[in-house]
Amino acid sequence: MAIMLKMDDVNVFYGAIHAIKGINLEVDQGEIVTLIGANGAGKSTTLRTISGLLKPKTGTITFEDKIISGQPAHKIVEFGISQVPEGRRIFANMTVMENLELGAYVRTDKNGIKEDLKRVFKHFPRLAERKKQEAGTLSGGEQQMLAMGRALMSSPRLLLLDEPSMGLAPLLIKEIFEIIKDINKAGTTILLVEQNANMALSIANRAYVLETGKITLSGSAKELSNSEDVRKAYLGG
Amino acid sequence: MNSLRKRDLKAIVISLIVFAIIQGLISSEFLDPFWQLNIIVICINIIMSVSLNLINGYTGQFSLGHAGFMAIGAYTGAVLSVNFHMPFIIGLIVAFAVAAIIGCLIGLPTMRLRGDYLAIATLGLGEIIRIVIMNVNYVGGAAGFMGIPKTTNFAWAFFVMLFVVFFIKNYVNSSYGRACVAIRENEIAAEAMGVNTTKYKVLAFTIGAGFAGVAGCLFAHTFYIIHPSSFTFLASFNYLIMIVMGGMGSITGSIAGAFILTTISALLSNWPELRMSIYALLLIGLMFYRPQGLFGNIELTSLPIFRHFKGGK
Repeated sequence: MAIMLKMDDVNVFYGAIHAIKGINLEVDQGEIVTLIGANGAGKSTTLRTISGLLKPKTGTITFEDKIISGQPAHKIVEFGISQVPEGRRIFANMTVMENLELGAYVRTDKNGIKEDLKRVFKHFPRLAERKKQEAGTLSGGEQQMLAMGRALMSSPRLLLLDEPSMGLAPLLIKEIFEIIKDINKAGTTILLVEQNANMALSIANRAYVLETGKITLSGSAKELSNSEDVRKAYLGG
Repeated sequence: MNSLRKRDLKAIVISLIVFAIIQGLISSEFLDPFWQLNIIVICINIIMSVSLNLINGYTGQFSLGHAGFMAIGAYTGAVLSVNFHMPFIIGLIVAFAVAAIIGCLIGLPTMRLRGDYLAIATLGLGEIIRIVIMNVNYVGGAAGFMGIPKTTNFAWAFFVMLFVVFFIKNYVNSSYGRACVAIRENEIAAEAMGVNTTKYKVLAFTIGAGFAGVAGCLFAHTFYIIHPSSFTFLASFNYLIMIVMGGMGSITGSIAGAFILTTISALLSNWPELRMSIYALLLIGLMFYRPQGLFGNIELTSLPIFRHFKGGK
């Protein structure tokens, strides 16, 4: 399988704090890769670096053989990477439809946008029911669906998901993860950051474990969920 | 698209009727010179508040230096008329250009700041502009710039205002405007959607500053004399009150805010100390009962009653 995204010895700083310490990471086309780890390990920072919201101090990030590190966030969306930010960050005072339309902001192909809108409504029928509702009045789960649908509207080849389970009820988490699987089956590669390691490992092909800015373990999701260390640290025994 | 044009046409016809009525009142001397002047001031203030609303209300960038750009336009227009004998229309265009260019230069660094920091930076910049003008002898320094022809009449003020309002209305309804609102709602999400946030913030700031320059040029040619003290922080604050009162993110609101506050201050011009108290009471009352401003972010044309009139749904 072709390598889609590659991080090569990437270092990121917040001022003087060395948040990401020389990360090497690969995502192959068609995979679901998950990044697990405790609070403050640098999971979100890694995602934000890929999507261009943060700039690495050293190291390169390549996407489909193009170097994307150092490019501004809006350019990276045009390359085909879309991020669902942590805490959803929907446009609360806009309608569901307007949120989705903004997701297609960088596109000009009207027919393609229509197709993708249909696709989003197929993944998330509840959004279709609430097209005209103000996004701020949706429930937490629906807002997460909207954030994911919005990200899909830019027709990304790589989708970055930051803590999709945050603040959701267990039943809803299950539903969201089923949808993530469906989106992946429909051809979108996914890099998933999650605290809920159990859920993440259950749908991922491969996983990386992050600890205080370094990758300490990596392997297939199956291997990792059977590993003694991971089970003790992240899976509750 | 077609229905949009039709709506625009209707709005223009209504505006022309309003113009004809007021012009009739002026020509028949039903309105005394004091109110004639105040109507022009209302038009100028509408330009100021609508252009400030593009920056503060739609793009969500809290700017407190709008009077500074007005000063730039006022002095540019005045110098062109008095020292270079340029026609008024050239003065307006150049006033726009100069204020917009300076707005852009200031916007490039400051638009990277957020919230309080941006407010403080723009507040400081507005004052810097004023103090620089105060120390340039070529434009009269602290004594003010005198002998400006009184070219601005009601027709000029009204039609320039109409142009600015229509320009900004179309701007905020375009994809550029969508980008601005997305930035206001959530800057990080907007960036993650592929909106070039810096570009749109600087663009909104530039256009807003340019139109403040136009308002300044009209202002200079209304009063014969301009003075740096007309463009203090308090003036900027006054425009901010107008858009807060009318509703951030509503053009109708900005117009209403400018109209109401200018009218109140004209009515109370004989009791200046009372004026400030009434302002304060009005604002406190407003924040209690309608914190989103008179119109919130709703336009007059989207109110149900208006839709009914137009036979729409």
